[in-house]
This record gives sequence, C-alpha cells and structure tokens, in this order.
Amino acid sequence: MADVIWTTLKLASLTTVLLLVLATPLAWWLARQKVWWKEIIAAVAALPIVLPPTVLGFYLLLLLAPSSPLMELLHPFGILSLAFTFPGLLIGSMVYSLPFAVQPIRNGFEAMGDRPMEVAATLRATPLNAFFTVAVPQARRGFLTAAVLVFAHTVGEFGVVLMIGGGIPGQTEVISVKLYQLVESLQFGEAHRLAAGLLIFSFVVLLTMFLTERRARKTAP
Amino acid sequence: MSGADSKAGIQAEFDGLLGRFRLKVSLTIPPKGITALVGPSGAGKTSLLRAIAGLTRLPGRVVMDGEVWQEGRRFVPVHQRALGMVFQESSLLSHLSVKDNLLFGYRRASGPKTMALDEVVPLLGLEPLIGRSTDNLSGGERQRVALGRALLSQPRLLLMDEPLSSLDAQSRADILPFLEALHRTLSIPVVYVSHDAEEVARLADHVVTLNAGQLVGPLQPATPDPLGPLSADQIRDLARQALEAGIKPNPSVR
Repeated sequence: MADVIWTTLKLASLTTVLLLVLATPLAWWLARQKVWWKEIIAAVAALPIVLPPTVLGFYLLLLLAPSSPLMELLHPFGILSLAFTFPGLLIGSMVYSLPFAVQPIRNGFEAMGDRPMEVAATLRATPLNAFFTVAVPQARRGFLTAAVLVFAHTVGEFGVVLMIGGGIPGQTEVISVKLYQLVESLQFGEAHRLAAGLLIFSFVVLLTMFLTERRARKTAP
Repeated sequence: MSGADSKAGIQAEFDGLLGRFRLKVSLTIPPKGITALVGPSGAGKTSLLRAIAGLTRLPGRVVMDGEVWQEGRRFVPVHQRALGMVFQESSLLSHLSVKDNLLFGYRRASGPKTMALDEVVPLLGLEPLIGRSTDNLSGGERQRVALGRALLSQPRLLLMDEPLSSLDAQSRADILPFLEALHRTLSIPVVYVSHDAEEVARLADHVVTLNAGQLVGPLQPATPDPLGPLSADQIRDLARQALEAGIKPNPSVR
C-alpha cells in the first residue's frame, strides 16, 4: 500500500513541477500574441480536457511503444520503449494535465494587462528580467491554481495511467488503479480505505485553494 | 542657438498610422524646463508621448541630446532609453511595496546616480508612505510614488501623461505644489501632457498644441495667464458659468 501512495505522490509532484515549467512559456505566448491562429494552438493544448482518457492513452501508448518513430529515434541512446515505465507514465500525465496548467497561467498573464510590462520597460528592466520580476509575480494566483489543479488531476487520473502505465506494482501502479484492482478482487475493506483517503485528500486540496484565493482577493486592490 | 546647443534637447519626428489615425509631427523639445503638450482628447497626445518613449513604434526619428533613439531601421528598445514615464492612471506594481516600487528602476539604472532615495522621498513627501504596501494608497499618493519611481530610474527625459487627470480636485490641489517644487529642482526636460489650463499655467515653461495628430503652430513660451488664450467672449462665458455655479468673487483679490 505504501509504495502505491509513494508512486502516486512522486508522479503528481514531478508532473506538477515539470508541467509548470513547460506550460509557462506557452501560456505567455498565448496571452501576448495578437495573431488569430494562436487559438488553433490553444485548442490543441486544450484537447486533453475533452478527449476520453482512453483515446489519449491509446495514442500515447502507440507513441511510446518500441516500434513508434519517436522511440526509434531514441533507440541509439539505449531507450527502447517508454510504455509501461515510470518516465512514460510521467509524459502521459503531463500531456493529460497540460490544459490545467496552461489555462490558469494564461488567464493570470492576461488579467495583468500590458501596463505592468510597459512600466517595467520604462524602468530599465530587460524583457526577460521583467518577465521574472513582474509578470510571474503578477500572475502568481494563476500559478497557484495551475499547481493545485495539475497535482489533484494527476492523483485522480485513471484511464491514461492504466493505458500507459499498466499498473505494475512498485513502478507504475498508482492509487486509482490499485483501487480498481481491489474492487475487482472484492477486497472492499482495503478499497474503502484508499477511496476515503482520496476523497478526503481531494476535498482538503480544493478547500485550501478556495481559502487561499479568498484571502488573495481580499488583499488585492 | 549655438552649435553645441543644437544637439541638446529632443528632436522627434513621426509620420505614421495608428489604426486609421495619422500622427504627423515634427517637434524639438528644449533641453530644460517643462514643455506642456496640450490639445483636445483624441488629438494624439498620448500616442506622441508613447512614440517618443518607444512604447509604440511609428516610422520616424528620435534624437535625445545627440543620442539616436530611433532613425530608419534603428530602434533602441524602451528599456535602453534613459527616460522616466508617469502614466495617466496609477501604474504601481501591486506585488511590490512602495519602497520596492521606488527602487525598481533605481536598481536597474546604469551609470552614475544623480537622484538618490533620500533626496526624492522628501521632495515628494513620501516619508509616511515608504514602509507601506501599495494597497490603500489614495490616487494622489499613488501618482507621487509613480513620479518618485520614474525620477529614481535616473532619467534624462521625463514623460508625464496627464498624471493628474484621474485624480479628484482635492488630490490634484494637494499634488500640484510637489510638481512645482520638482519644477524648480529638476534639470532634465519634461514633456507634460495635459488638457487642464491651470496645470499648464502653473507648471509649464513652453506649450505646444496638438490637434488631430498634427501640431498647431510652433512651440511657444507658456502664458502665465490661464485666460490668455481665451477670447473675451469665452472669458465672459466662464465668468457667467462660475456665478451660476454659486462661486463668489474673491474680495481679497483687488
């Protein structure tokens, strides 16, 4: 049981950190670009919200399998396949939760408007410096929301992790998959403990987020 | 004008479209004093100021004290121009304290510092604000902080875009003495956009009028009398409006 919880937490934490780093430039580009076709990119990045997790899992499985063109590129580096491995699971989770990172961060950047960056420029800040010292702190609520949503969403995912991870104990078996297997084998006592734990965890995460948002709203001008 | 003087000050020429609005201006701003840029709203005053700052890119040429900021394809980005800008509405960085706002440009400015924090703070009466966050500052306080922040970035040109227009009458009256004090101390040129005759009369050394994207006449010395540019009929109208609004003539004035 402990290794299942550990795998889940490790997966959710790594997904959150890596996805925030990767989604930030995309969110910034989407928030600042004026061209209409950026919405095509935005729609592609939002696809995982509407696709059934099994569809996503299926395509990711094909992509990470030994015979895929992507994996063949990696063969010379000794990587034959990422299907049913933890790194593969991590990639799948990041794709699955991408919209939950991009959207709140983009909203945060958009809500800030053009003015703070103009102010920073008239105060000698280079664009990169202004990005880190003005834009990121101004959009901090977007980052907080993104982090909470991605973490919780990753803990709660089932379809994608089952398709790509396969539920290998100690490697890719996470809480939601374990729960399914427990129910399949009629171990309701164990299943109850996991399910209730996940329910309480999710509730606490959301409550924390709402309370933090409420406090942020109060202190904001 | 001697040869050395012809390089001083700001030469700005623009001819370009902003949407369907055409700004066509050629202007030389004296190297000292406050130059008021006046005109009706929609005349392009803010656009001209933004083009000088480099926040909006228009075809043209900008030379500041002989240093080319824009010419042909050469365009020095805003953060490399030694200018300070005060925007119309409060533009303090809300994630920073008053003190960190003041020091934002100061810390990033290159070269020798001629403006220090303990010089600017008393000049603008910022002592009671320095330890506070930017929340709950009044409009006038916010603009004073924004002005101090611009000065501390060690500008060689100060651009002010109707800095008092978003303030109520009382805040405006409170902040004007600070601007007058600044006017006496400051040795850099200031371009001050305004449509308020009283502000212009109290602060400006030179006045230039913009209308529909073009300059109306050359740069002129500011008239000390706010009623100067008005016709006798307009003054009579103003007086009648004042009386109707219940304003009594001040007996202490002659």
